[in-house]
Amino acid sequence: MPEPLIYDIGAPGRVGVAFPEPDVPLADLPKEHLRKDLPLPEVGELEALRHFTRMSQLNHSILTGFYPLGSCTMKYNPVINEETARLPGFAHAHPLQPAEMMQGSLAIMYHLQEWLKEIAGFAGVSLQPAAGAHGELAGVMMIRAYHQDRGDSKRNKILIPDSAHGTNPATSSMSGYRVVEIPSDARGNVDLAKLKAECDDTLAGLMFTNPNTLGLFEEQVVEVIDAVHKAGGLVYGDGANMNALLGICRPGDLGFDVLHINLHKTFTTPHGGGGPGSGPVCVANHLVDFLPGPIAGIVEQPKDGDAPVYGWVSPAKTIGRLKAFHGQFGMHVRAFTYILMQGAEGLRAVSEHAVLNANYLKARLQGAYTVPYDRVCMHEVVLEGRWSDAPEVHALDIAKRLMDFGFHPPTNYFPLIVREALMIEPTETEDLATLDAFAEAMLKIAEEAHTTPEILQQAPHTTKNGRMDEVRAARQLMLCCEIPREVEAA
Amino acid sequence: MSYAGSFIPHTDADRAAMLKTIGVKSIADLFVDVPAKHRFPKLNLPAPLTEMETLGELKSIAAANDSTDDYVSFLGAGAYHHYIPAGVDAVLRRGEYYTAYTPYQPEISQGTLQAIFEYQSLIVALTGMEVSNASHYDGATALAEAVNMSRVIHRGARKKIILSPGLHPHYRAAVHTYEHGADSQIVGEDLDLSAGPDKLIDLIDDQTDLVAVAYPDFFGRIYDYTKLAEAAHAKGALLAVSVNPTALGLLKPPGEMGADIVTGEGQPLGIPLSFGGPYLGILTTKQEYVRSLAGRLVGETVDSRGQRGYVLTLSTREQHIKREKASSNICTNQGLMMLAATVYTSLLGKSGFRQVAETCYHKAHYAAEKIAKLKGFKLKFKDTQFFHEFVVEGSMPGVELNKRLLERGIIGGYALGEDYPNLENCNLFAVTEMNSKEEIDFLVESLAEVTSA
Repeated sequence: MPEPLIYDIGAPGRVGVAFPEPDVPLADLPKEHLRKDLPLPEVGELEALRHFTRMSQLNHSILTGFYPLGSCTMKYNPVINEETARLPGFAHAHPLQPAEMMQGSLAIMYHLQEWLKEIAGFAGVSLQPAAGAHGELAGVMMIRAYHQDRGDSKRNKILIPDSAHGTNPATSSMSGYRVVEIPSDARGNVDLAKLKAECDDTLAGLMFTNPNTLGLFEEQVVEVIDAVHKAGGLVYGDGANMNALLGICRPGDLGFDVLHINLHKTFTTPHGGGGPGSGPVCVANHLVDFLPGPIAGIVEQPKDGDAPVYGWVSPAKTIGRLKAFHGQFGMHVRAFTYILMQGAEGLRAVSEHAVLNANYLKARLQGAYTVPYDRVCMHEVVLEGRWSDAPEVHALDIAKRLMDFGFHPPTNYFPLIVREALMIEPTETEDLATLDAFAEAMLKIAEEAHTTPEILQQAPHTTKNGRMDEVRAARQLMLCCEIPREVEAA
Repeated sequence: MSYAGSFIPHTDADRAAMLKTIGVKSIADLFVDVPAKHRFPKLNLPAPLTEMETLGELKSIAAANDSTDDYVSFLGAGAYHHYIPAGVDAVLRRGEYYTAYTPYQPEISQGTLQAIFEYQSLIVALTGMEVSNASHYDGATALAEAVNMSRVIHRGARKKIILSPGLHPHYRAAVHTYEHGADSQIVGEDLDLSAGPDKLIDLIDDQTDLVAVAYPDFFGRIYDYTKLAEAAHAKGALLAVSVNPTALGLLKPPGEMGADIVTGEGQPLGIPLSFGGPYLGILTTKQEYVRSLAGRLVGETVDSRGQRGYVLTLSTREQHIKREKASSNICTNQGLMMLAATVYTSLLGKSGFRQVAETCYHKAHYAAEKIAKLKGFKLKFKDTQFFHEFVVEGSMPGVELNKRLLERGIIGGYALGEDYPNLENCNLFAVTEMNSKEEIDFLVESLAEVTSA
């Protein structure tokens, strides 16, 4: 029995939450501007809460089970984050209040900026971007502004490895650049020779993910970056995979010019069913002036032990505002909270164990599954979800079958350069027993693929819903329910 | 070694067993691909704190803020202080929602998917449009995306974008940032602020891609954009309207005026002020433009057992499929804020939603009327209807007025001088259901005092 829609429950006249009557004399309403009806639900508080609670129970989540969705870093989101972000001083702060009243919020942003710079090895950072893709956009805009500022106007192309996230090419073309795809070599690295062949004076930059989406550390990362720099280009780093690098290696030290960081991946702010994210963008010295602003800064140095005075600072050649106000501040508080609990050693332990867990799963699954690039992986491992002796089984079937064992499937069909890819990112917060249970399920599925493939093809069997007809959804487009339109009241 | 603060569950025995299975001696052996000279940098960060210490530290930092909890506030300008029913956060705090990600696997994500489908339905109902996406980052980026979308619809053939000066200054700034490097021409922002939408009509020609306006506008004013929509359509241009959804509890929806795209800031729908984010971008359009709409969309379908269900659909528009041919790079949106808006709108419902809108309207009008009677103050746009914000012109710079109000415990209306040099002595006051008559009377009294002092 599917959960009814909010419009299908309730009754005419029912009220969920009542508000006080106005305590002021009533004004004349603007008759010519009034709407005729307001077709919203009429539900009681309990029935609404039951509705949304029952719906929640149809979700798989980190708090209910293992969620090895590659590239998304689905690790434990500490519940303390939810407390700190809701402290009234933060939650009820208006974004346009004067800086003098907001020294707490500005201190959070300032210190988070300093810590992210330290962790990633950069000279400047803006917390304004709302998500990873938004940080990417900021990064590519800064690259463009940098070249323009130098009067270097013929640079019109961006290089992107074929293993890159789809947001990279979309961002580049959104910024008006021509995208040139660079293939990967046999070891899963960017093909250095092919990259060098594109390094000419029309090169604006390279969008580079390291570890890449195959879960591999680029073995020639320094050479790749040098080649781009020699041609006058800049290197943008996609920080989606930063969970492998905390205390392990700083992208800034490797020569990256720009990097965005996903607070909702690496720094435990919750994914929220699809957001909000938060995508701070970090830059090396020569790009600091181009950062999106305003940025939290110290406007008056402390005198004898006093706290410094924080305020807003606008970078000299800023690319401008990317959104209203100051970024996803609630996420900044959560990331601040998390880093404060880790310290340097804790952060290094995070990445060490993320990598340990991924290599453990790789070791357990190798043999039963093909590992297309067989070397030590970083925080995630990519397998092929196919067997030549079970041609009717696909990665999708494996993904759906995993649900019967209580697991969220890995990312599948990405990266595009691996056939029937299964991209598994266990994260550091999963224990050995969970990893073993997942490995056992994967091994059992590999066996079923050869003995009873129909079990896979018809999976999932134990979930409340079976496979969805996605073709029908796209062909018979229904993007909202029927809205009850009222006859105008007399 | 203990990693308690890192939420790492491994015991020494676990680590030893895992390393043996992997076939390496130590964890450090897993990082041989990292260039040796850059491996294991020493990070200069504060020593880790326990949860107990962390909460103490965060409480003390939060206490350094003087928020709308500590003061009487009439500050709006794009972010509004509203009552959020307890039920909203009760739902948001469910781990099943906030620790899930984008619902890529519909069989085990029906909660999020149905919530999005309901959100899309509620936003369609409020705006009078035909299709809503699953949310965008905020009101500013939703408007920038509308500009992008309009370009896609016109296949880049039209270069002129008309922005009303009555759009939020941050929204216009975001559009400029997004458009930098595109060969578009942005006009309209320097029009006379008193002129209203008719002046925008004069700018529309057959090169016009999009006309964008706000409803109510940044100054709180209400205009009917029906004629503007007709004028835009007559030249083949589109009309985008950026809304405050609270106002739509009372006012005619822009869908009825002929808007092609409706964007907006969804923060008033149950989302705390939180120093500016996370908020909620509303992005809607007509059915005919659905394939040019950015962001996730959820559609209804059936599963293999014949049950109704919901899936992400039309993903062929999106970056992970189309890559460099995608019109937008958006991936993550504002899922949890979308859920807040869905629960808020459902709990308030038909009567509560209207009641909040009307109460804001009445209180703002009470405040405006009293302020207008004060010596030295007048309403700047007194001939235009307004919703719950209005511009007051005084005898000193708005920033100065606010300083004096603050001494009396009042966060005054947004000082407009920085964004609109002609409005140096003006403040934009916002009044919501959170402001009691007593607070309004106190504001009026204080205004009289600070100007006579």
